[in-house]
Amino acid sequence: MCGIVGLHLRSPELYSRLGELLTGMLCEMEDRGADSAGIAVYGNEDWSPRGKGSVSLIDIDVTAETVAAALGAESGTEVTAITVDNVVLANADVDSEALMAAAKKAYPHVLIGGFGEDLAVLKGVGAPRALAESWGLAKARGWQGVGHTRMATESAVTSSGAHPYAVGPGECLVHNGSFSNHATIRRDLRAAGVEFDSENDTEVGARFVAHRLADGKGVDEALTDLTRTFDGFYTLLVSNRDSFAVVRDAIACKPAVIAETDDWVAMASEYRALAHLPGVENARIWEPEPEVIYHWNRQEVSA
Amino acid sequence: MSSADEAVPAFDLSTTPLREVNQALHAAGLEGEYVIENPRGAHNVAVGLDAPVKVTVNGHLGYYAAGMNQQAEVVINGNAGTGLAENMMSGTVHVTGSASQSAGATGRGGLLVIDGDAGARCGISMKGIDIVVGGDVGHMSAFMAQKGRLVVRGDAGDALGDSLYEARIYLRGTAKSLGADCVEKELRPEHLQELAGLLKAAGFEDDDPASYKRYGSARTLYHFTHENEY
Repeated sequence: MCGIVGLHLRSPELYSRLGELLTGMLCEMEDRGADSAGIAVYGNEDWSPRGKGSVSLIDIDVTAETVAAALGAESGTEVTAITVDNVVLANADVDSEALMAAAKKAYPHVLIGGFGEDLAVLKGVGAPRALAESWGLAKARGWQGVGHTRMATESAVTSSGAHPYAVGPGECLVHNGSFSNHATIRRDLRAAGVEFDSENDTEVGARFVAHRLADGKGVDEALTDLTRTFDGFYTLLVSNRDSFAVVRDAIACKPAVIAETDDWVAMASEYRALAHLPGVENARIWEPEPEVIYHWNRQEVSA
Repeated sequence: MSSADEAVPAFDLSTTPLREVNQALHAAGLEGEYVIENPRGAHNVAVGLDAPVKVTVNGHLGYYAAGMNQQAEVVINGNAGTGLAENMMSGTVHVTGSASQSAGATGRGGLLVIDGDAGARCGISMKGIDIVVGGDVGHMSAFMAQKGRLVVRGDAGDALGDSLYEARIYLRGTAKSLGADCVEKELRPEHLQELAGLLKAAGFEDDDPASYKRYGSARTLYHFTHENEY
């Protein structure tokens, strides 16, 4: 089944409440999937300091200091790292891709949860409510967040099978549904030089989108390509540092609700995940049409 | 609140478990009016009613709202999720907002009114229910509809009425496409009369029935033909 949630804040006055609101959304979707969960937060200075490249290392069993030293040695720059439960978040004054490359070199068998500027990705195995609590999600601030509650169908219950899939710089994808032709597309992408962390169907979608974005395509074009290439049932929420997009397959049987106010745009698998958002009673609420790409861009404002 | 309102028992779903509310509404010999507050998108609210009662829900609902209804009049002041009034047998369900996919699915009787839009597969496999939608309906609406009437005051998505049996569709706007075996049919006086009655029952009596088109089964799929005999 799975549940997905996302919150794109327009009003800087709400930035301090991002984590609290996202926690409510994620926990409400716990009974759509409670074997694992993940979140991505954009703009939380404690996790991903502004202007730095950040990388998330999942289920790493060494201390943040050790990670900082190892990544510093690999990248030749000063690296800062903190531990957030099962995740070490490292950042440095370098491009996030360079930091990610250093992390891969230092810890080749560790799962990279995500990388980018202003981005932190946390995911793991366990009940969403317990994970959100151990990450201290409710205290996080920022301008955008996404989350996923997983009921595994396509691959094993592991952190590498948990969403979000954040496989391009600042990019993040969460998925409610299943792709049926992912093995074929994975083969094509592998042939094109793309590497994978799991046998999960969603990772193929995320790698596909990242591959297109890396080729210089825009989000709308990449997602249009996805609808033409992937077979299956899906609602996808695709976020970038400055954008927030939703798309559903042609059959549109996987649920999705979007709500929009002057202060925020939110989407979730079900309305009940949005019921606590401030001003939801006056929000414009609708279900996305099949194969229509809904896309919002961030208007940068000083917080 | 007037004294008349105070006499109406109200359930607050923010403090009362849903199961208690539904069980109270299943009490033998139930009659009168009830109000449900703060549903916050909950599933299965006011399902399985079988009494001549009026239940008003204030707020948006999740899946299967007012499912399997018999006799009761249910008013939902808000939106409803997947499977609204699924398999309704009799009574009425009225949603003032919009409904998600599969509204009125498999319904055998009664009247379902959705003031806003309905999502995909509205009236899928309907078997005698009447559905009136104030706005648009999504793709594959009235798929394999067997009996009953679907009235759409707005437009319809792709594949309207695919594989229809004997249900009748009245559409005021346009369909993006018609499904297999669904064709436009003549709007005869008995249809105008039937449609006027449905519109009146749903509170849209100002609509001119002649501004609608009627769609039904061309009866050319294998179910209707002799090639299927064995």
